[in-house]
Amino acid sequence: MNHGMSTIVRTVTRFVYGLIIIFGFYVIMHGHLTPGGGFQGGAVVASAFALLLVAFGTAGIKGRLNKHLLQTLEEVGALAFLGLGFLGLGSAFFYNVLAHSGGFLGAAIPTGPSAGVLVAGGAVPLMNWAVGLKVMTGIACIVIVMLVGARKEAE
Amino acid sequence: MRKALLFVAFLFVGAFLILGMAEVRDFGAPTLTGMDDYFIANTQTEVAANNIVTAVVFDYRGFDTLGEATVLFAAVVCILSLFRKLREDER
Amino acid sequence: MNVGNLPFIASALLVVFGVYALLFKRNFIKLVIGISLIETGVNLFLVTLGYRTGGIAPVYTFAPEAQQMVLPTPQALTLTSIVIGLATTALLLSFAVFIYRHHGTLDVRKVKELKG
Repeated sequence: MNHGMSTIVRTVTRFVYGLIIIFGFYVIMHGHLTPGGGFQGGAVVASAFALLLVAFGTAGIKGRLNKHLLQTLEEVGALAFLGLGFLGLGSAFFYNVLAHSGGFLGAAIPTGPSAGVLVAGGAVPLMNWAVGLKVMTGIACIVIVMLVGARKEAE
Repeated sequence: MRKALLFVAFLFVGAFLILGMAEVRDFGAPTLTGMDDYFIANTQTEVAANNIVTAVVFDYRGFDTLGEATVLFAAVVCILSLFRKLREDER
Repeated sequence: MNVGNLPFIASALLVVFGVYALLFKRNFIKLVIGISLIETGVNLFLVTLGYRTGGIAPVYTFAPEAQQMVLPTPQALTLTSIVIGLATTALLLSFAVFIYRHHGTLDVRKVKELKG
């Protein structure tokens, strides 16, 4: 288990795991237009991390991922989600104040079936990013800690 | 004896669930749809998002998502602290 | 084609299999699989509660013109339930690692003593 899997698996993983991460970011970013969103995109990116761990063993993440950085990013994601809820506290908790103003994300969209406007939706795209960051770093932390912890006691 | 009693109880539970599901209501005809009709009609003017499920999860019912984010965060913290104790035990 | 209440009965079957695994098996990993089966059955039941016959997905992007949509609220609740199921399963599997390290076996009828 320390050396990962065979050469074919390692070569394909080197090609493919960047594409999986890009696809996960696409699912998170277009969460308010197509089916998907924060939780689903975060799970896709976390599966790319798990693929890296299975194909290369623990040697694959020694130079690439840092566990303390992942923990800090997860806390940043959780606090950002909570902070976005406090943004609309003038009217109510979790009120979508950015969608009714004329500012950055406050555009109005045409009703009925349409192609969708990317820069619209108020606080919903920002919440998608916060939750996506939280889910992907959280699941990556769990997988890394369980693999390293279970290996240490087998020795 | 104990296994026979357990098996009879399991048969009761199984029969109750499966026969109950045949009588719940017709599949495909929900009865109380007032709230969801309001969501379908007013999402694009109020939230300005095309995906109604994301608007419901993050805007109309954002408080439930806050609870779920807290559960996920608590689970990650518990697992990290459990395995930290394991590593300290061996040092 | 008339399917009757078949999706409801399928979700009840999943729950029945999960309860069988929880009652009659001894290995700890099999108990975790049973709990996961029960959660899957409940999630399926939630999603099939909101179906309208002939409806399309509740998304307005590239939707066909003038058709009914299915209810979006049960799908939102199922998202939450899936994530909570993931958190529970991860914690249970960590406990499995610890029980095996402490008692040397995964048989739940032998791990009864509380060492103080």
